Amino acid sequence: MSDPRTTVTTPGLLAEGTHDPGTPPAGIKRAPTGVDHLATEHLVINMGPQHPSTHGVLRLLIEVDGEEVVTVEVSVGYLHRGIEKLAEHRRFNAIGTLMDRGDYVSGIHGETAVALAVERLMEIEVPRKAQWLRSLAAELNRIASHLVWFGTFGLDTGGMGQFLYAMRDREAILDILEAITGQRMMFNYARPGGVVADLPVGIDEKIRAFCDTFDTYLDEHHALLGGNEIFQGRVKGIGIIDAEKAFAFGLTGANLRGAGVDFDVRKKRPYDAYPELDWEVPLGSAGDAWDRYMVRMGEMRQSARMIRQLIDGIPEGEHTAKVPKVLRPPAGEIYACVESSRGETGIHLVTDGGDTPYRMHYRAPSIFALQAVEDIVPGHLIADTVMMVGSTDVMLGETDR
Amino acid sequence: MALDRLTGDNSIVFIRSEQLFDIARTNSLWYMAFGIACCAIEGLMSASGPRFDFDRMGVFFRNSPRQADVMIVAGTVNLKMAETVRRLYEQMPEPRWVVAMGACASTGGPFREYPNVVMGVDKVVPVDVYIPGCPPRPESVQYAFLELRKKIRAKTEDRLAARRQK
Repeated sequence: MSDPRTTVTTPGLLAEGTHDPGTPPAGIKRAPTGVDHLATEHLVINMGPQHPSTHGVLRLLIEVDGEEVVTVEVSVGYLHRGIEKLAEHRRFNAIGTLMDRGDYVSGIHGETAVALAVERLMEIEVPRKAQWLRSLAAELNRIASHLVWFGTFGLDTGGMGQFLYAMRDREAILDILEAITGQRMMFNYARPGGVVADLPVGIDEKIRAFCDTFDTYLDEHHALLGGNEIFQGRVKGIGIIDAEKAFAFGLTGANLRGAGVDFDVRKKRPYDAYPELDWEVPLGSAGDAWDRYMVRMGEMRQSARMIRQLIDGIPEGEHTAKVPKVLRPPAGEIYACVESSRGETGIHLVTDGGDTPYRMHYRAPSIFALQAVEDIVPGHLIADTVMMVGSTDVMLGETDR
Repeated sequence: MALDRLTGDNSIVFIRSEQLFDIARTNSLWYMAFGIACCAIEGLMSASGPRFDFDRMGVFFRNSPRQADVMIVAGTVNLKMAETVRRLYEQMPEPRWVVAMGACASTGGPFREYPNVVMGVDKVVPVDVYIPGCPPRPESVQYAFLELRKKIRAKTEDRLAARRQK
C-alpha cells in the first residue's frame, strides 16, 4: 500500500475541461469531477494526527472540492497500545488500570464494566453500598467528561470562554473524585466485588455544595455557548444522524439518543444503583449536532440530580464484598456493559479458570461514532468537519485501545 | 531573572546577548498543542485551564509546531506515532526543547510490554526533562517548566564560564 502523503500531491490539469486527479490514495473513493464544463481540482487535505480539533491523535484524509468535502477517510491506530492483549496478562483486579487509560476522560465506567463482568462470572453478591458508591463516582465522572467535551466542542467553533468555565467546574469534580478515589483521572476505584474505599469523612457536604452550584453553572454554560447565535447557526442542521443511520452504524450514547431513540444502558440493562434512582433520559429529535449538544447538556443535569439522590440515600454496610485476593472465575464467557459518557462500553471476557482472562474484548463506542463521521461529513464544508467530529464526542484512547 | 530587577531607575545594564535571549526565552516557553493520550488532559488542558493557568508563567499553547518552543510529549508513543513525533520535532524552530510527560513518554509505562509501544520517546527525539507519574499532576508539569528554565540558563552560564577561562 502506497503512502498517501507522497502520492496525493501530484495533481495536474491535462487539458481544458478535463482533469485527471491521479491515483487516489488508499481508501479514498473519488467522486466524479467537473460541473457545467468547469473542471475543479480535487485536493486531498491531511488533518491530524497533530491538530487541535481532532481530540487526540485522530487523522482525517479529506478530499475537498473547493470548500466542500467530497470524501473523508478516518485513519486510526496512532494510540494503539494493546489494551486487549495486555489484559490477558493482568489479574482481574488489575484490568481496571488498563481500562482507565482506554477511555481516559471517564475511566470509572470502563472499570465498572470489568468489575460487573467478573462479578457475574463468579456470582459475587455486591453490597448495596458498593453499588451506590460506584454509581456516585460514575455520575461525577460523567459530568467531568461531558465538561471536557463541552469545552472542546466550543473550542472547535472558535470560542474560548466556555472552555475556561468548564475546566473550572471540572476541577471541582476532580477534587471530589480525588478525595474519594485517590487519583484525579486514573481511579482504579471500582474493583470486582465492590469499591476500594469507603467515602472519606465530610465529602458529602462538598458534593452537596457542588450540586447546588452546578445547576446554576450549567445554565451559565448553556447561555454562554448554546445561547450564542453564531454557535447555533453552526451546529443546527449539521451532521444529521437519523435513527436508521444510527442503528446501522451501531451508535450508542448521546449520538443515538440525539436521534430520538430511547436507549440508555442504565435504563434498559440496569446495573448498580440505577434502578432505584429517579431520573429521565434526555432525547433529541432530528439527530443533528445541536440535538447531540442538548442531549449531553441534559445528561449533565440528570447526573447532578442522580448525585443528589445518591449522596442522600447512601445505605449502610460494607463497601466491598468478601472476595479472595486472587480472583479465579470459572471457565466461561460473559458480556457486561455500562453506559459510559460516550455510549455503551462493554467488556467481553472469556476465561479458562486461571487468574488472568483468556481473551478480553473491549467494546468502545467511539469507533462506531467515527464510522458515522465518515458517512455524515461529505457534502458539508471543511469547517463543519471539525464540528461534526466534535459533536460525536470521540475519544481516541478507547478507539485505538 | 527579570530585567526590571537588574535595572534600577534610569540605569544602564551591561548584559551579554546570550543572557538577554535567555531572559526572553525562559519567560515565554510556548508549547505545542499536541496531546497524544491521557496526559494531554492533565498536561495541556488542565494546564491552560483556570486553576493552574500556565499562562502566568508565560507558558502558553501554540497550535503550529512552527511557532512552538517546547514539545510536551503527553502520552504513549507507538510505532505509527513515532514517525509523526519526529516530524513535528523537526518542524519546530531552534532552539527547541522536549518534555517527556508521564511514565509512557519516559519509559513506555504500563504499556511497555506491548511490542508496538516505543519504550520512551527519547528513542525518537532528544528529551530535556522527564516527568514521572501516570498521569503527572499539573503541578508536576509546572515544576518541569521551572526545571527547564534552569536548564536553559545553566547552559548559557556554562558557556560563558568556559569562555572566561580561555
